Amino acid sequence: MQLVRNFWQSQIGKKVVMAVTGLILVGFVVGHMVGNLQVFQSAAKLNAYGYFLKHTVGGALWAVRGVLLASVILHVVAAVQLTRQKQAARPSGQGYQKYEPQISTFASRTIRWGGFLLLAFIVFHILHFTTLTIYPDYSPTDVYNNVVKGFQIPWVTAFYVLAMGALALHLFHGAWSSLRTLGLSRPAARPTARPIVTALAGLVALGFAVVPLAVFFGAVQPAAPEQGIPAEALEASALQQSAGAPAGASTTAPTSTLAGH
Amino acid sequence: MKITLHVWRQAGPKAAGKLETYTLGHVSPDMSFLEMFDVLNEELVEAGKEPVAFSHDCREGICGSCAMMINGAAHGPMKGTATCQLHMRSFKDGDEIWVEPWRARAFPILKDLVVDRSALDRIIQAGGYISANTGGARDANEILIPKPDADSAMDAAACIGCGACVAACPNASASLFTAAKISHLGHLPQGQPERFRRVLTMVEQMDIEGFGHCTLYGECQEACPKLISIDTISRMNRDYLKATLTKRPEPTVEYAG
Amino acid sequence: MELNSKVPAGPLAGKWDKHKFDVKLVNPANKRKYEVIVVGAGLAGASAAATLSELGYRVKCFVYHDSPRRAHSIAAQGGINAAKNYQNDGDSIHRLFYDTIKGGDFRAREANVYRLAQNSVSIIDQAVAQGVPFAREYGGLLSNRSFGGAQVSRTFYARGQTGQQLLLGAYAQLEKEIARGGVEMFNQYEMLDLVVVDGHARGIVARNLVTGAIETYAAHAVLLATGGYGNVFYLSTNAKHSNATAIWRAYKRGAAFGNPCYTQIHPTCIPVSGDHQSKLTLMSESLRNDGRVWVPKKQGDKRAPGQIPEDERDYYLERRYPSFGNLAPRDISSRSAKYVCDEGRGVGDTGLGVYLDFSDAIKRLGKKTIAERYGNLFEMYQRITDEDPYEVPMRIYPAVHYTMGGLWVDYNLMSTVPGCFVLGEANFSDHGANRLGASALMQGLSDGYFVIPYTIGDYLAGLKPQPVDAAAPEFRAAADETRARLQKLLSIKGKRTPTSFHRQLGKIMWDKCGMARNRAGLAEAITEIRALREEFWTNVNVIGEVGSLSQQLEIAARVADFIELGELMCRDALHREESCGGHFREEYQTEDGEALRNDDAFAYVAAWEYAGDQAEPRLHKEPLEYENVKLSTRSYK
Ligand SMILES: Cc1cc2nc3c(=O)[nH]c(=O)nc-3n(C[C@H](O)[C@H](O)[C@H](O)COP(=O)(O)OP(=O)(O)OC[C@H]3O[C@@H](n4cnc5c(N)ncnc54)[C@H](O)[C@@H]3O)c2cc1C
Ligand code: FES
Repeated sequence: MQLVRNFWQSQIGKKVVMAVTGLILVGFVVGHMVGNLQVFQSAAKLNAYGYFLKHTVGGALWAVRGVLLASVILHVVAAVQLTRQKQAARPSGQGYQKYEPQISTFASRTIRWGGFLLLAFIVFHILHFTTLTIYPDYSPTDVYNNVVKGFQIPWVTAFYVLAMGALALHLFHGAWSSLRTLGLSRPAARPTARPIVTALAGLVALGFAVVPLAVFFGAVQPAAPEQGIPAEALEASALQQSAGAPAGASTTAPTSTLAGH
Repeated sequence: MKITLHVWRQAGPKAAGKLETYTLGHVSPDMSFLEMFDVLNEELVEAGKEPVAFSHDCREGICGSCAMMINGAAHGPMKGTATCQLHMRSFKDGDEIWVEPWRARAFPILKDLVVDRSALDRIIQAGGYISANTGGARDANEILIPKPDADSAMDAAACIGCGACVAACPNASASLFTAAKISHLGHLPQGQPERFRRVLTMVEQMDIEGFGHCTLYGECQEACPKLISIDTISRMNRDYLKATLTKRPEPTVEYAG
Repeated sequence: MELNSKVPAGPLAGKWDKHKFDVKLVNPANKRKYEVIVVGAGLAGASAAATLSELGYRVKCFVYHDSPRRAHSIAAQGGINAAKNYQNDGDSIHRLFYDTIKGGDFRAREANVYRLAQNSVSIIDQAVAQGVPFAREYGGLLSNRSFGGAQVSRTFYARGQTGQQLLLGAYAQLEKEIARGGVEMFNQYEMLDLVVVDGHARGIVARNLVTGAIETYAAHAVLLATGGYGNVFYLSTNAKHSNATAIWRAYKRGAAFGNPCYTQIHPTCIPVSGDHQSKLTLMSESLRNDGRVWVPKKQGDKRAPGQIPEDERDYYLERRYPSFGNLAPRDISSRSAKYVCDEGRGVGDTGLGVYLDFSDAIKRLGKKTIAERYGNLFEMYQRITDEDPYEVPMRIYPAVHYTMGGLWVDYNLMSTVPGCFVLGEANFSDHGANRLGASALMQGLSDGYFVIPYTIGDYLAGLKPQPVDAAAPEFRAAADETRARLQKLLSIKGKRTPTSFHRQLGKIMWDKCGMARNRAGLAEAITEIRALREEFWTNVNVIGEVGSLSQQLEIAARVADFIELGELMCRDALHREESCGGHFREEYQTEDGEALRNDDAFAYVAAWEYAGDQAEPRLHKEPLEYENVKLSTRSYK
């Protein structure tokens, strides 16, 4: 216990927590992004994927969500505490009159602001597409058309794209520095070079941003409602008007229907 | 050359400071940056004014005394160069130059450009050594050290303790300084017995002194007159993790306060 | 004053062992009842402070630096000698001893030098145990090189930063002892006087350089490890703050000053570039392995070096010393450079420089090999001079580098004031009239790690383990004197800056007590320095106050002491009517211009005793007897 407390109290300990939680979130984000790209395959494919997550993965999804939530909380709490400590380490008013960054990247210098933006984005995004609080008229199952509806609104698209820019920067610095914080990276002649992370950050942000942009510019069009969702489930949801379907209803995904498109 | 200087003047630790402007008419490009300050001070003394207090000694880039934030960069514009090795030919006729002290809560300003860096000594006191009392050492060649290890140790050991890493870091972190010592000793067989204890106590002391954390901006490496790599920080973190996972707390460890 | 060297009797090789057995020991339980003040934390001071604390003594350590790690020892580049014979090339303790005695031109004490050679072996072991990252071979064994013209490879090195790494090793041990509570560290404290009570050193007066407070500290013994005084010359390779105040104050309290005129002038430094010059930078001597030294044959030849044809160049070292050529010893190379410049054949804007040319070596070995060997030095040179040594020859000129003289000490390193010990470059002990390359680091660490821990016990065991009376009137009197001296400096409010006096002193010393000295010049110098002292005390303008951080006041107080020391150096140089090592008297040279020693009249240590500010110092002689080596004349022809 003492060890855990010491660890959390030390700034390196907190950084390690941030790195581990950050990497968990990176994993999530990559998966999420790949999943999203199914929007380009078909409405049915995307909806079926959403259905699969909710029903087939089911209870485990909550475990995953729990981990993600805990990661976000730990990540944010550690970040806030470290920021306070760093502010104390060079109090405002005792700072430089003139300071010129020499090598640090824009991404690293904006990591905290980017983090705040992403946090705001995450909240918005959950209210937008997961709990459907912002637009209660969205269908709990027709992910595809929700997406299309959502991104036809210019400011939403703009906000999403902006947030993805922030995500790219956050990853560009965060994913790279996490590995260094954990001491996993090997010594390098130019330790600040990071080709793999650059590619990762670019791809993730692009992969995310391409969806709202495609919708906005009409490359992705609305589709017939509720494609790719098993009929029983549709009935059940129509009856119950609820998002959570009985566990038994989610046995097999109708792959044959999907294959037909 | 004509140079206009904006120099931080502060009468004492508690006094308020501000930038004062001075103009020097005859600066030779062959002068070192500190020789330009010598000239400024001679002129100030001749005019009956208080000269600028600044730290320096070896003027060869090895003692780590000199410490100036020059145009917003620790030790000025030249990479791998301490303030004392910087020459005026790095500047142009008519340039304006801003000179400030290192700024960090752990480095209180004593006067003008002189700061108190004793926090760095206390980090070493917390464990930056191999406990080897004089006498009883075995023959030096009995310890075989592969050349690459000796070289890596030397790379890290080159630190001159000037504090530029802290000064340049947006977080005022002393990670590079601490990590350099941990890497130096950690690369050597002699450093192994105390390796994990050392990293715990030194890191703790670093926090106690009020330095910030490491965001891996890389500014420290860029400012370091000895070009010490931030790889050392990865190594420190790795050792710290290992130490936390494997080490039982010691009953009583007294750290330097 | 009586000079008793206390050299133990018996055969040379057994003296130190015998002595270690003969000295009194302090009972372990009593050790913590003794307090020791160590002034200085360079190699000598840090190693002594740490080791004495390990033994159980209570140590207070004072430095004017803001951290002990910044002592001037940090700047040593080349390496440290030790008679390990790891290279199987015929080295031995006896050979290192002999080389050091001969290198010192037979003006050092045999027994001390032998002990130094013996201890050299343990120093390397100790440093490696502390984690000093010496250069290694691929097999993991230690690497060596030959240095300063030595015939064997006995120099251990850590890149070009050997002094730094050895100092950081000693510093780390010191910090370890500070953390343990054995050493109390006083950073940014300058010792300004020695307190002597009943004829014994019992403490110091020190000024807190941050607050300006003048404080006194009492102890059973005081160790001075305050480094050399090369900065008397204003321009030297020493760090800017290196100064003589501590030893000068001790001298004025009764410690005899040994051989003050022995100064080492290093041949390969970057020449002065203008009036703004604040210090000189050493370029490693190893450059002379591949560089050829030359000047134009014609006086005042201002052509660019590339335009001077081969047959109009004078490779004067190769010409005069065909067998050693460009590798002639430091003093000879330095003097030769001076001569050609005096003849008006010097190069560069100031005419004070000679070429060190690598073009032949580059042709022979290729630029790549030269870059591998000297890349970092070339880069350093280019940074300072803005000239590319791959394209144009380097310009070099000699510069003051090291002072062999220092406070006189006996075999126990105790000065003529009982209880005041002197270590490292601050004492006169081991290098005679000339120091070999890579031997100063060795001496500082030998003194601190392996000599003083034994010999101090002999002194302390004779004292009662009771606290020193810090209220003795001598403490207050010394503090008052110090305060008054500083106040006096501040009250003059004259017209000249302290540095301008320092520059002027340096010029006198360099011109008249530098590489070559003569009777008339030295006599003039003494008169000039006296006049300078007069002027200093009536016309210096010191801005600052005693009670706060005042760098000008620090400088002024040091310059005041340098002026007095400069006079003593000239006096010593004037009295020593022979040439030896770093002391070259123009009247005493062989027909072909080599140093002419006079062993019959001058084989002694000149120890000067202070006799009052206006009085001439008293000379005491410690005869040097050579039982184990035959006095010979150095020849490098
Ligand atoms: C450029 C250069 C290169 C060199 N290279 C080599 C080399 O390769 N090999 C070699 O063997 N030697 C070399 N030398 C010589 C060698 O470095 C020195 O002789 C040696 O380091 C001196 O060590 P020290 O401990 O006696 O004194 P220093 O290291 O000079 O330490 C003096 C200490 O005393 C303190 N001090 C002084 N006065 C006071 C005071 N009044 N009050 C409080 N504190 C005081 C200082 O703060 C400092 O801590 C070199 C010298 C120079 C200049
Ligand atoms: S003055 Fe020594 S490093 Fe700059």
